[in-house]
Amino acid sequence: MFELNDVTVAFGRSVIVEQTSRRFENNRFTAIVGPNGAGKSTLLKLLTGELKPTCGCVLFNDLDIAGQPAHLLAGYRAVLSQSNHLSFPFSVYEVTGLGLQGAAVDRKSRSRLIRQALEGVELSGYEGRLYQQLSGGEQQRVQLARVLCQLEASAAPDDKKFLFLDEPISSLDVRHQIKTLQIAKQYSRQGLGVVAVLHDLNLAARFADEVIVMRFGKCVADAAPKQAFTEDTLEYVFEVGFEVSADSEDRVRVSLRDIIETPDAPLRLI
Amino acid sequence: MILWRDLNQAMILSMLRASDGDRSSRALIVIGALIVLLVVMSIFSLTAGAVGISTSDVFQTLALELVGGEADQTSSLVVLGIRAPRTVLGILVGASLAVGGAVMQSLFRNPLADPGLVGVSSGAALAAVTVIVLGIPAPLIALGATEFDALPFAAFAGALITTFSLYIIATRSGRTSTATMLLAGIAIAALSGAATGVLVFVADDQQLRDLTFWSLGSLAGATWPRVSAILPFIVPGFITAGLMAHGLNGLLLGEAQAFQTGINVQRVKFLAIVMVALAVGASVAVSGVIGFVGIVVPHILRLMIGPDNRYLLPACALTGANLLLAADIVSRTIVAPAELPIGIVTAILGGPFFLYLLLRQKGLVDV
Repeated sequence: MFELNDVTVAFGRSVIVEQTSRRFENNRFTAIVGPNGAGKSTLLKLLTGELKPTCGCVLFNDLDIAGQPAHLLAGYRAVLSQSNHLSFPFSVYEVTGLGLQGAAVDRKSRSRLIRQALEGVELSGYEGRLYQQLSGGEQQRVQLARVLCQLEASAAPDDKKFLFLDEPISSLDVRHQIKTLQIAKQYSRQGLGVVAVLHDLNLAARFADEVIVMRFGKCVADAAPKQAFTEDTLEYVFEVGFEVSADSEDRVRVSLRDIIETPDAPLRLI
Repeated sequence: MILWRDLNQAMILSMLRASDGDRSSRALIVIGALIVLLVVMSIFSLTAGAVGISTSDVFQTLALELVGGEADQTSSLVVLGIRAPRTVLGILVGASLAVGGAVMQSLFRNPLADPGLVGVSSGAALAAVTVIVLGIPAPLIALGATEFDALPFAAFAGALITTFSLYIIATRSGRTSTATMLLAGIAIAALSGAATGVLVFVADDQQLRDLTFWSLGSLAGATWPRVSAILPFIVPGFITAGLMAHGLNGLLLGEAQAFQTGINVQRVKFLAIVMVALAVGASVAVSGVIGFVGIVVPHILRLMIGPDNRYLLPACALTGANLLLAADIVSRTIVAPAELPIGIVTAILGGPFFLYLLLRQKGLVDV
């Protein structure tokens, strides 16, 4: 269980995350949504330990993560970052294998784990390709495979592990967006805690158990998608007019209201 | 020539087609081949030179010395007193430069990074030039020190001081920013370059000759005392590099990603900097500035066996050693009994080859 305990992050005078407290439980898929600069990625970085809060603390199983060594944390949580540029000619197989660095696996199971992970992201047969020659979406899937390798190799029980994803579907085609979120969902059903920053509200509503809606470093709403995604909340947060409806299975569906284009006025969509 | 081209083409194609993407067994084969080559090259280095000594004489001399017998005076002196330390020094310096380069490139996530870039070479050069032009401080002369003794130590001190000041500049509240370090390194390199320029300007003719020789690199000053003087710096450097291979691989993904996969990023960065300062500083101190090895050797090997530092670092050490031995053999035989500075040879041998590789693989090498 991860817990943000009254955390604030500020760079100079600008406050990125303001006095936020929240628990992240296992067995849950939590999506974080909000406009650019709302503090979503920062919140995720706090949880992964990449960023230290200016005030407050982040706890993992009731221990402050600031004092825990990197290799210990890596045994419990894996992270897919937003940007993943590589300047060296790694093959897809080798990049995926970097997720197994700290793990004590023999050569055979190493190869098996890597191939399984690549199969999971539908990149079987890409092992020998050079990472730099792949498209952006394919690179993102290779990185996902690397992260899944790290999770799979960890000896910790599933209901102690966490998966953090920062915009994991930003470069993917529709099919692989769904595929990736299905993988994340499945992990959360196995007992892992999954936290993902997402921009697609409908996919967030479709897959997440709970959504955190952020604006200006604060949580505006934090509930199941159906409760969190109200027209008022979304309009307030995104400054765009939304229509929220429910589909036949009572799932939330969000659509944009007509966008009126006025060439001389600033974009105003409500 | 045609054969060479075919070979090269086969190498590149096999890299792209390596269908399972696992290049570790190929890396082991390459490392094995490099070890064999190094043995051959070392024997060649012992036999080559102004005084003709055959391979069998070299073996005889070595064998006799080992069992404590009386070897032929001349060949004993030439082989053991002159060529052997030179060969060992060549191996150590070549390996240090190549491994130092590979470690720097991993640290900065940039295949163009080079120890010279973060001030190791420029600091060493400034200190050495200061000693050549201004002489050594009076208290040291009183202790019986000569310029010949002082030069390596000055260069070494210069390398260490610049590297550590950079480290301090770039470290804020326990975190070292590699970007700041790179930029500050460029600034400091420019500054020490300017200071070196001023010294060159006031130097007299004899000093200028010394300067040229030193700045182009040479293994001519190789003696056993020098070899044993740099061993305590280079060997720990290699051991550190070997232990860091995992961590450096993680850094290639990015600092955040390295941390997330369980690597103590700050410690790896610190060790990498110390390793480079020690190994490269010691090398520059005994052999002057030998460019090119640190950037080209890792690059060529990455194309062959991939960037995994667990294989890349040993392969770099072996290739660097081989390259420097080859260059040294050329440098002392081509214009014998005179010697060509080794830096010129490494550039002439490696430059065109490197360009050829780049042209063949356009688009494949992305910075």
